[in-house]
Amino acid sequence: MPHLSTYVGLADHSERTLADSFRAVAQGHAREADVFHTCQLLAGWSDAHRERLATVVDRYGEDEVVEPERLHADGLAEVREGAVGLLRDLQDLHVLASLVQTTWTVVAQAAQGVRDRELLEIAQDAGVETSRQITWLDTRMKAAAPQALIVGPPS
Amino acid sequence: MLDRIADIWGERTPHARGTVWPARVDLHLTDGVAEQDVDRWVQSACLLCSNGCGCDIAVKDGRMVGIRGRATDVVNHGRLGPKGLYGSTPWASSPDRLTRPLVREGGRLVETDWETAMGRVVERSKQLLAENGPLTHGFYTSGQLFIEEYYTLAVIGKAGLGTPHMDGNTRLCTATSAAAFKESFGADGQPGSYTDIEHCDAVFLYGHNMAETQTVLWARILDRTHGADPPRIVCVDPRRTPVAEEAERTGGVHLAPRVGTNLALMNGLTRELFEHGWVDEDWVAAHTLGRDELRAVVDPYTPEEVERICGTPASDVRRAAAIFGESPNVLSTVLQGFYQSHQATAASVAVHNLHLLRGMIGRPGAGVLQMNGQPTAQNNRECGADGDFPGFRNWGNPQHVEELASAWNVDPLTIPHWAPPTNAMQIFNYAEKASIELLWISATNPAVSMPESSRIRSILSKPEVFVVVQDLFLTETAELADVVLPAAGWGEKTGTFTNVNRTVHLSEQAVEPPGEARSDLDILLMYADAMDFRDLDGNPLISWRTPEQAFDAWRAVTAGRPVDYTGLSYEKLRGPSGIPWPVDEEHPDGTDRLYTDFVFPTDTDYCETYGHDLVTGGAVTEQEHRALRPAGRAFLKGAPYLPAHEEPSEDYPLLYTTGRTAYQFHTRTKTGRSRPLHDAAPDAWVELSVPDAASLGISEGDWVRVESPRGAIEVRARVGQVMEGAVFAPFHYGSWDLDGVAPDEQDRLANELTMTVWDPVSKQPTFKTAACRVTKVRDGDGPAPAPTTTASAPARVGSVPDTRGGPPSGSHVLADTPTYPLDPSQES
Ligand code: SF4
Repeated sequence: MPHLSTYVGLADHSERTLADSFRAVAQGHAREADVFHTCQLLAGWSDAHRERLATVVDRYGEDEVVEPERLHADGLAEVREGAVGLLRDLQDLHVLASLVQTTWTVVAQAAQGVRDRELLEIAQDAGVETSRQITWLDTRMKAAAPQALIVGPPS
Repeated sequence: MLDRIADIWGERTPHARGTVWPARVDLHLTDGVAEQDVDRWVQSACLLCSNGCGCDIAVKDGRMVGIRGRATDVVNHGRLGPKGLYGSTPWASSPDRLTRPLVREGGRLVETDWETAMGRVVERSKQLLAENGPLTHGFYTSGQLFIEEYYTLAVIGKAGLGTPHMDGNTRLCTATSAAAFKESFGADGQPGSYTDIEHCDAVFLYGHNMAETQTVLWARILDRTHGADPPRIVCVDPRRTPVAEEAERTGGVHLAPRVGTNLALMNGLTRELFEHGWVDEDWVAAHTLGRDELRAVVDPYTPEEVERICGTPASDVRRAAAIFGESPNVLSTVLQGFYQSHQATAASVAVHNLHLLRGMIGRPGAGVLQMNGQPTAQNNRECGADGDFPGFRNWGNPQHVEELASAWNVDPLTIPHWAPPTNAMQIFNYAEKASIELLWISATNPAVSMPESSRIRSILSKPEVFVVVQDLFLTETAELADVVLPAAGWGEKTGTFTNVNRTVHLSEQAVEPPGEARSDLDILLMYADAMDFRDLDGNPLISWRTPEQAFDAWRAVTAGRPVDYTGLSYEKLRGPSGIPWPVDEEHPDGTDRLYTDFVFPTDTDYCETYGHDLVTGGAVTEQEHRALRPAGRAFLKGAPYLPAHEEPSEDYPLLYTTGRTAYQFHTRTKTGRSRPLHDAAPDAWVELSVPDAASLGISEGDWVRVESPRGAIEVRARVGQVMEGAVFAPFHYGSWDLDGVAPDEQDRLANELTMTVWDPVSKQPTFKTAACRVTKVRDGDGPAPAPTTTASAPARVGSVPDTRGGPPSGSHVLADTPTYPLDPSQES
């Protein structure tokens, strides 16, 4: 199962990137109280997915395979400033979360194929929570966009 | 004659289950005026809490001199409480009323005429529209205006300007009530009725100290608990309130969960219903969605787990759940203890879940009352001046937006529906960044009432933000404004408003406003005229001139919506009683309770919202909603408990929670100007438990400093009834006082300590959960200025002098109880 292990590794890695990026956005936009608290909460969800995955990851020994090039997406090392910056950061989180979500989708398919019920359940549960992360990002971007794009702060 | 400061609830009129609540007429006249001296009685309803007691205003020599309860009104059957009796009229003739507009000149507010003041507002408004468009305008209103005013403002904002930035201080008090209704039932609207009190076997009060917040409603409950076949009371409150005492007396339960753990308790109660088979599975299958998901969410919350999280004994959780599960009819009421805590919407929705699981809704005695804080909060929600759309319309449903556009004859694109309407906290956030540059505040005092008040004051003081304040007095907020507009108050203008119970009252003008003060409606019309808002045919957008015309315009847009006012008119409201909506052809006399047919307004094309993730606030899309095919079924929605945003730590070891007292309302602009109410609770205080006070070396009346990471207050300590580990502070006290406040006594504003954080769904700020530390500053020289008659009573009974001193007030029980429309106790 060489490529399933690659994708289990990708799930783990991309969840970590997403969690770190959520935390970076929380800290960087701490004056937006809801962004601060919600991003921390959602980072915790990604952490929890990784913890659950860790219980089965041994079965798929990650290190033997040669990974395809440019497998991993970069996280948000630094956040942007201001209202438009927040909007862009939320968009970046959205991209990272989408990668996580589609990764869980394909891991779930493969888990079915190899009849690993445990992995299947983990992938499905995590996928559901990833969609909830994405839904929040959608909602928050929609709320932020008009003011950021049309008015913005006086320069 | 009674002292209604000492006797908050008045004489008992006990009666048996299923019988009508007797009538008792309460009356108070000021300055030795006798009943026969009164020139005129003018019909109204009390505006000092959300109960909406029907009353008549006494007028003598062109002044309001007192108030009398209306025996025939369905809400109060003649009764009034201390605030209504003593606080309704004195403010009106207070010498510090605003009587002329003010504008800021060289850093100072100076008197001017209306033309100049409004001229400045309009000039700024037009300039901003030209430069940066309508999103530069924000409106922050109240829970104390009338329907006619909210609706006019909604049309100005949504169809004239086109700004989504409009909210009320209702965000601080009732937003969760509306949000919880929308999540469970698809639309706002109080399902139950006060008449449920006469028919229930148990009353659950969740975070609702009704004995102080709605004193007349509590009297209605006391008249049942003192009569034959009484209901049991279950009280969820971290303080030992009068409600908690009544719970013990009636064989119910007092659950005192740790501040910030409501949802864990609710999940525990819900789990018990499933475990013991108290779920009406057939009813649930026919009328709800989400049963299995809810069952899974609550599964971990065993009574023992609840005890671990909340500190409430597992046996009490079991007992409370059994009362809920086994009583034939339960009435639930909910207020700020839930709404102003974190996970507010999820905890309030959980109350609905309990009722839905037992199929206990839509029949007498089995109701839910999600309460409101303020008297007209309901109308702000209905009319759309608060971040909702008029008539409980769904901003995400293009058809609903189209209906409004055609009613107003404007381009639908003018109506800001591309994003959710902006909530109050976000409006202030935009003002902080000067992205909103005109902030218009009506009839509310955010400098005192919003969380983290030092931040709010700095926003209001920003030179880039043009602040307009419309009020009765030069409040702490008005002092920071660029233009102050003097408003007419209750009794000085005509309009309608709706209480918690959906009951609509007409409040008629009794006297002329002082000086040049104008009604809020007239002020808004003046602005609309000057801005020259037009519809698609070039006619004035706002076609009405009088309150009655505004009401008729409002009625028209409610047609076919859950909040249907089409069958109401000023004429009809001049009858013996207020009338509960919906009032339409099918229900010409109004509607006592909703959902008697178990059909809920959840249909995708009809609902007010498609719903939200209760944990994150993420919005459900139309397609997702449609795929669920709710078709009139209610939603059961659950969420796991999460710890509060700020938990006690080594530096801040205590929990800080805020609330109100029976004698004051809001920031005391009215009640603080009534001598008897002022003196009953003359200054701020904090309440500490006996063990905490002992370990901190604090005795009754000592001056203490209470600090959170955001600010501090210095007030006197009451060693009282709060639970160990928690500190309670009343939120009414700012820098204004009837007797003046010495500069060194100004540090008493409870919201200096609270956090800027809000519920993900209702966006209601979390006033009830923060961490703090308390240190003694100096010895006191007498007891704390806290009342003894309420939840603020000292731990040791009799250790401080009793609160009393209300001037004589009349009260008599009627031998013949009037007939009340729609009252199930009187239906033959
Ligand atoms: S209960 Fe509320 S509405 Fe009734 S008199 Fe008291 S303050 Fe007024």
